[in-house]
Amino acid sequence: MPESVAGLVLIPLTWAGLAFALGPGRGGRAALAGLVVQGGLALQLAMAVNDRRSAHVAAGGWDAPLGIELAVDGLSATMLLLTQLIGLSLVIYARAYFGAADPERRYFWPLVGLLIAGLNALFITADLFNAYVTLEIVGLAAVGLVGAGGEAQRVGAALRYLFATLLGSAFYLLGVALMYGAYGTVSFSSLAPLLTAEMSVAVLMAGGLMLAGLMIKSALLPFHGWLPPAHGSASTPVSALLSALVVKAAFYLILRLWLDLFAAQAAPLAWLPALLGACAVLWGSWRAITAVRLKMLVAYSTVAQLGYLFLVFPLLAGAAAMQAVVMQIVAHGLAKAAMFAAAGVLVSASRQDRVAGLQGMAHHLPLTIAAFALAGVTLMGLPPSAGFLAKWLLIQSAFAAGQWGIVAVVLAGGLLAAVYVFRVLRQALMEAPTARPISPVPRTLEWVAFALAGASVLLGFRAGDLLGLLTPGVPG
Amino acid sequence: MSSSMVFAVTGVLLFAIGLAGMLIAAHLLRKVLAFNVLGSGLFLVLVGLPQRDGMADPVPQAMVLTGIVVAVAATALALALLRRLHALTGATSLPRDTDA
Repeated sequence: MPESVAGLVLIPLTWAGLAFALGPGRGGRAALAGLVVQGGLALQLAMAVNDRRSAHVAAGGWDAPLGIELAVDGLSATMLLLTQLIGLSLVIYARAYFGAADPERRYFWPLVGLLIAGLNALFITADLFNAYVTLEIVGLAAVGLVGAGGEAQRVGAALRYLFATLLGSAFYLLGVALMYGAYGTVSFSSLAPLLTAEMSVAVLMAGGLMLAGLMIKSALLPFHGWLPPAHGSASTPVSALLSALVVKAAFYLILRLWLDLFAAQAAPLAWLPALLGACAVLWGSWRAITAVRLKMLVAYSTVAQLGYLFLVFPLLAGAAAMQAVVMQIVAHGLAKAAMFAAAGVLVSASRQDRVAGLQGMAHHLPLTIAAFALAGVTLMGLPPSAGFLAKWLLIQSAFAAGQWGIVAVVLAGGLLAAVYVFRVLRQALMEAPTARPISPVPRTLEWVAFALAGASVLLGFRAGDLLGLLTPGVPG
Repeated sequence: MSSSMVFAVTGVLLFAIGLAGMLIAAHLLRKVLAFNVLGSGLFLVLVGLPQRDGMADPVPQAMVLTGIVVAVAATALALALLRRLHALTGATSLPRDTDA
């Protein structure tokens, strides 16, 4: 058990270092091998969590007040599984996507290794400060990935992203400093009993600062301005990684703090993230509907889909809400990775990036269009996809809590998603000659996109196993 | 006012100055410098606020060391990116958001 927890951080660091030592553009094979092992470890961990309730590991044998405490429960095991699965698929995609001379490829492998190590470390961390360090590792690696390749537009987007992510972590760390000042500890397990209903103003401020910082990092409206340029202009495997996993990391931490530390005090404020989330669903969808470039459409769809995650906070008293949010994280992770992968194929094949220039693509790339459509099914929330289950559970818990506004937002969001997905499909299915001659695309790219999209739909049938992880011991 | 409060209030003021700089300054180098001012304020709060019987608490000092490493890395990355942007376009501020 401690070995697999440590392995999930050490293995990606090892192949990242190896890739860096091998020199620019090399190390893809090591990444592939490493991720296969990590996938096995994550699966092993998930099964262990399923049998016993949760697991604590003291890194290096040092316990909580001094040492770094690691903990794995159902939520972290799910995030770990999702990270390895999407990481593995996108590494296969990236190996086929980058040409030998592409400048984006030069430092891709070391940075991806760091990114995945940071994500894994974040999901197993059980103290506030360690969470800050992992957030920074993830943030800096992600900025490096966006800027790699280096034309002006990308570098501008990377800088904007860097300032946003630094600002977010600065707010978060100021909150951590106040918490430490008040209680003299940053470990979740020591803090939880101290945070009773009677809280000083300093602690409330600390909670507010941490929440604000993490909202910037998870691109919740009105802090979403950095996301579309960064995700829209990065190279495709990077966009997919960022949209599917990196923004979820900050959300995961919000959820963890909310549930483990601030549950009782934060409840009266739950309407705030939900309101912002509702605005994000509507505004993000609207910008996706009006976007000119295909990858910007997909990036704004991420802004909208992240909004759903924040709708859940007023409903957390009911058991179904937690299942809804985990289902939405997994469904959106798989579907958005698939959608970016498919969009990347369409952009390279048609040699242009505008939605209006996609006519006739379905004739040449039926598999990719099918992948895009299947991912769209999940984002719209049509049965039997995992996205349907997520929205169904969300609506169910909103009904139970009498929150009609949330029901309306979820339904409206689904319709708006249908509009932007069909905007692309209508153009691609048009029986017209393509704007420019099609350039050949490796089949691997198409199959990876299709597999990810298929997984996001088929997961709807195996949801019981996944949701069972959240309540270990109870058969799913 | 106890010494820990002096540190904390000074730190928060520095944080606010840095924050204003990051949001208002258009020149990218000023933004990077403002981030460092903000970071210094942050570290001052982290080190200065927790005191035990008038003595500084050693644990946050270890945290601040980590924080300084992160801040140096972030500054280096920001400088590399803005040099690249300057070399490519001659711009010293962020380009306007284009797209839709």
